[in-house]
Amino acid sequence: MNTLIRKSFRPFLNSTIRASCRTFADVNINEKIDKIVKDNKVVVFMKGVPDAPRCGFSNAVVQIMRMHAVPYVSHDVLSDENLRQGIKEYSNWPTIPQVFINGEFVGGCDIMLQMHQSGELVEELKKVGIQSALLTAEQFKKEEKK
Amino acid sequence: MVYTEAYIKEKLAKELDAVHVEVTDESDGCGAKFSAVIVSDKFQGKPLLARHRLVNSVLQEELKTIHAFTQKTLTVEQWKQQ
Repeated sequence: MNTLIRKSFRPFLNSTIRASCRTFADVNINEKIDKIVKDNKVVVFMKGVPDAPRCGFSNAVVQIMRMHAVPYVSHDVLSDENLRQGIKEYSNWPTIPQVFINGEFVGGCDIMLQMHQSGELVEELKKVGIQSALLTAEQFKKEEKK
Repeated sequence: MVYTEAYIKEKLAKELDAVHVEVTDESDGCGAKFSAVIVSDKFQGKPLLARHRLVNSVLQEELKTIHAFTQKTLTVEQWKQQ
């Protein structure tokens, strides 16, 4: 009788333990991401590294950052499967790359590209105390004309 | 399930009351890479991120297998200006 009860309970117990372990892992990656995006003004989660992006969309974001000379921290999701899944859940966004400014999710490649074209990106960077290199170049030209 | 241009176009048009939808399969047929232009007044007053989130929510299931999805989201007025 005793063994019978134990047997019938075991699957239940096992699945409970497994479920709680998983939750712990999720909490950890969430906290880790939270810290990363809050400790740095600009963070890019991408495939590959800035010097060698491994996806066209990630490369586009790197090029935009370069054009504006934005100092940023990058994280390669291809070298960390936990991060690759975790970041999608954290921001509720299905694709990589992902850009965060001042702890807030800004967008992926499409949004960065459109913000770059509309001039919105220069404004967003200004809000966090980063002067875009494009703005600096413009001011330089104006001063030269004077 | 392999998604087609027509399937995605119809779904977006229906769920977003879109007046104009262009969907292009850029995957050479494997159905993993699409780009879309969506014109809908549901985007009115919404910033870009909110617009894209709205589109993503419509394609929540599909985006699990679609690897890359590029989108342009315009209101009717913005579309006419183009």
